Amino acid sequence: MAKKKSREPWLERYSAVLLAAFVLGGWQILVPLAGLSEFVLPTPLAIAKRMVSQFSLLATHSYVTLFEVLAGFAIGVLVGVPLALAIFYSRAFERAIYPLLVAMQTVPKVALAPLLVLYLGYGWAPKITLAFLISFFPIVISTVVGLQSLDKNLVSLVRSMGASEWQTFFKVRLPAALPNIFGGFKVAISLAVIGAVIGEYVAAERGLGYLQLQANSLFDTTLNFATVVTISVLGVVLYYAIDFIERRVSHKRDAAK
Amino acid sequence: MNATVQPVNASTGTGAAVNIDSLSKVYKTREDDDLLALDRIDVQFEPGSFVAVVGPSGCGKSTLLSLMAGLTDATTGAIVIDGEGVSKPHPKVGVVFQSDLLLYWRTVLDNILLPIEIKKLDLARYRSRAEELLAQVGLEGFGNKFPSELSGGMRQRVAICRALIQEPGLLLMDEPFGALDALTREQMIMDLQAMWLRVRNTVLFITHGIDEAVFLADRVLVMSPRPGRIDLDLKIDMPRPRQWGNVHENKAYNGYVRQIREIFEAKGILVAH
Repeated sequence: MAKKKSREPWLERYSAVLLAAFVLGGWQILVPLAGLSEFVLPTPLAIAKRMVSQFSLLATHSYVTLFEVLAGFAIGVLVGVPLALAIFYSRAFERAIYPLLVAMQTVPKVALAPLLVLYLGYGWAPKITLAFLISFFPIVISTVVGLQSLDKNLVSLVRSMGASEWQTFFKVRLPAALPNIFGGFKVAISLAVIGAVIGEYVAAERGLGYLQLQANSLFDTTLNFATVVTISVLGVVLYYAIDFIERRVSHKRDAAK
Repeated sequence: MNATVQPVNASTGTGAAVNIDSLSKVYKTREDDDLLALDRIDVQFEPGSFVAVVGPSGCGKSTLLSLMAGLTDATTGAIVIDGEGVSKPHPKVGVVFQSDLLLYWRTVLDNILLPIEIKKLDLARYRSRAEELLAQVGLEGFGNKFPSELSGGMRQRVAICRALIQEPGLLLMDEPFGALDALTREQMIMDLQAMWLRVRNTVLFITHGIDEAVFLADRVLVMSPRPGRIDLDLKIDMPRPRQWGNVHENKAYNGYVRQIREIFEAKGILVAH
């Protein structure tokens, strides 16, 4: 993008920052002008100040949510990827499991949260389960699609070199599917955050969802907003963590172009 | 790749002998009418000969290649390479496909070394060989580039290096220049001749192009479809190295091309208006 010839390279490069600054600045200025109290709508600066002053409170609850998200996502990967492999390698298994998967996907996972609490109690378990359930589907689908979209001639090529199926998988199938798989991981980790927070809304004693409900009941709108911002930051950080790992293990198809 | 490059291990006589005996291939279709792709093909390749196969789409030439590469099983008959029957991919065989099939996440050098990795041979030993091959095709110093940084012609050269890394006795080429632009194709045809004159392995070159088949080959097999049969086995008697620039003024060359065209015209594959 930066190399593209443009009459406004400066504006193009900083457009996102400028827009954000414009929105936040407008918000900051308009709230006192409109005479809104902090209880109704706190200003961005007030939220930022609160995030600094209550950093340790937010951090404590963030760790809880982070753990639930990572655990749910990890289980999603550990179950989803092998399931995708089974679907890819076995036509019979694909026939058997695919309708079930799709049916499962049509169930709104959020609606399962109260049931999960009923079965699994108030601790980690229902949040991790919800994060897992909600992140698992995109992992399976993107892995299957990644494996299926391979050029068949590539398989002929490595087979002509005498490759076993094991070698074909690790030399060709898996690396070629990685961009798709990581695409699924990115969707999944964002969804896992939603799953964990919703689990905390239903019944929890810790976590960012719980903290938000506490702020709500205390009419502390600034803390409420501070929690929302923290949840988004958590999501963004996790997304870019996956992106970072992807850059380490997978070569972008058109990186050089 | 030009003819002045000194021959690296000028190993004449590395070509494999190929014996194809009454080879047939039937593809099962959903209906009862099975498709006879190859019908009792009998042909022998001299070690170190360059054999081209020309024919229209669907004449079974790609099936023939697939069988020789050990990727498909014959319905009846046999292929014997240097005395060994082919039932699975043979270690003495290298294959070049129409598209380069380079792995985009690997560097040029690692792409060339892929067969070595798969066969679990000593990578260090073959690394210098890969660099030599790159230099021979005019890609010296490109080893650490990624395929996306190369042009179509360069990529196909890398694919040829990959097929040659193990000095295959038999090189199978399936329309290797079919995806290239006309100018790049011309250059690649001349470069392939120069390379083959150095290596002198046995080559099976499958193509749609009558011109490149006659120019490159010692022998052209003309095939027609349904069932796939060899209609003409034409020995090309022209001295080498042949020059693409003036071959079209060569009487013998034009005679061979004429003979092949006549077959396609007789079969209704080429129709004059």
